[in-house]
Amino acid sequence: MAGGVTTGVVPTTDAGGTRVAVRDVRRVYDNGLVALDGVSLDVAPGEFVAILGPSGSGKSTLLRLIAGLDLPQAGSVSLLPLPAGEGRGEGNVEPLPLNYRSPQISSRRDREHELAYVFQDAHLLPWRNVLDNVALPLELRGVSRAARRDAAAAALELVRVPPHLYPAQLSGGMRMRASLARALVTRPKLLLLDEPFAALDEITRQRLDEYLRELWAGGGFTVLFVTHSISEAVFLADRAVVLSRRPARVILDRRIGLPGRRTQDLCTTAEFAREQQALLEALKGEEP
Amino acid sequence: MIGNETGDFREGASGRPRRRWVSPAIPPVVVLVIALVVLEAGVRAFHVPRFLVPPPSDVFRTLVREGGELWAAAGQTALTSALGFAASAVFGIGAAVLLSSARWVQRAFYPYAVFFQTVPIVAIAPLLVIWIGYGWRTVAVSAFIVSAFPVVANTLTGLLSTDPALRDLFRLYGASRGATLLKLRLPFALPQIMTGLRVAAGLAVIGAIVGEFIAGGGLGGVIDVARTQQRVDKVFAGILLASALGLTLFLVVNLISRAALRNWHASEQ
Repeated sequence: MAGGVTTGVVPTTDAGGTRVAVRDVRRVYDNGLVALDGVSLDVAPGEFVAILGPSGSGKSTLLRLIAGLDLPQAGSVSLLPLPAGEGRGEGNVEPLPLNYRSPQISSRRDREHELAYVFQDAHLLPWRNVLDNVALPLELRGVSRAARRDAAAAALELVRVPPHLYPAQLSGGMRMRASLARALVTRPKLLLLDEPFAALDEITRQRLDEYLRELWAGGGFTVLFVTHSISEAVFLADRAVVLSRRPARVILDRRIGLPGRRTQDLCTTAEFAREQQALLEALKGEEP
Repeated sequence: MIGNETGDFREGASGRPRRRWVSPAIPPVVVLVIALVVLEAGVRAFHVPRFLVPPPSDVFRTLVREGGELWAAAGQTALTSALGFAASAVFGIGAAVLLSSARWVQRAFYPYAVFFQTVPIVAIAPLLVIWIGYGWRTVAVSAFIVSAFPVVANTLTGLLSTDPALRDLFRLYGASRGATLLKLRLPFALPQIMTGLRVAAGLAVIGAIVGEFIAGGGLGGVIDVARTQQRVDKVFAGILLASALGLTLFLVVNLISRAALRNWHASEQ
């Protein structure tokens, strides 16, 4: 790995969730393609940030760097979680029966436990039923069978997916909901989503968008959401970050001026259209 | 909150018709009966000498008359085949796990596994007799040598093709290498492992028969002796039992595969 990579702790605020600080990150693929070049991004605890950009602009790469699944050649990625219950922690989502809280990330292993990642496809283990899939993260952390099954059942209750079915027996929407339950069962402080609903039909996608927003509103965790859809970004996020074509830089960092509580009715308002237009203009400038 | 979509899932394995075990068996049985009738009629109509091609009825008669000797031999071959096959399964899966552990291990050892596979068992069997002696041990080793490679190759392919996103997921959740192997890589490779075991089941019987030709005993020994006595009907009876043995082992593996994969893999649904 090239020099210049640092990890560390960044200052905190009082909101729930993890603070993310990306500083001048550069990532070059093995084939010489520069994916990210000098990308910087600060995400406050509890913020919901959408990341947009043209295809192949390095959105997923940025998310992988933040998750620790990949390393930058230069720059730094810093994460710091905050104890739950601080800031906007209380809400309308039932708490999961899992007593796991790490006050501060002290090692890579701890850090891994503080974040959850939802992929474009559900990526459930096909040989396990839904309950055992959702319980997997807890199983890998050594949580007892009874406790992890309770937690998984509660998480599935929230997303309304039958626990005894196998992934092959579920529709695409249900699989994604199960995948979301698996991500939330560890009560993460940082939730990373890489175009999770891209393959779903519009109605299912809208429902899941509403659901995700509702979960976030009560959950006290930070969300970074990569999407191709401008309307999805505007609907979900408090802030949208637009990346340029490769090598990616941040070309727009815009706060979404919409009310906190959102329903699909909002999508027909002038404010929504204005926000969409702003993001569209930024993306149009990146067309080849 | 998400609306009520609890009915929004596909029909599962339980919706299949009950007769699916019966109907697939009918076509091959019909083909077999027709082939036997044609062979019987052809041999008799064209007066083919019985020491060249015996009619099927002769072979069945031999199976009944000399059943004691033939079935005892089949039992012996079944045991050595099963031993060789079991050793192949254990060794093959274990070797594939080791080979998949690091790229350099794979590069260093896999060519020898391929080389080992290309050496004809007929050439190795006399050496086995020299090293191990006559008897069932040599036969079991012969069955093992012939059947191990498909298990190694298929398991290795399965272990190396784990979904990268699932590997990432396990990394994110801090899974140990052991947990990743047991809870992800091996289950993911199970369909390929089963393919390897299916191939190995048939090869184990072939390896045992070849071993018995050299080391004696079992159906291989019976066939070899019958051949020298020009008892072609007995040779055919031995071949028939050997094939039935291979088929039985194959079906056992199929049953295990079905039990292990039916809930989630398309190959068993």
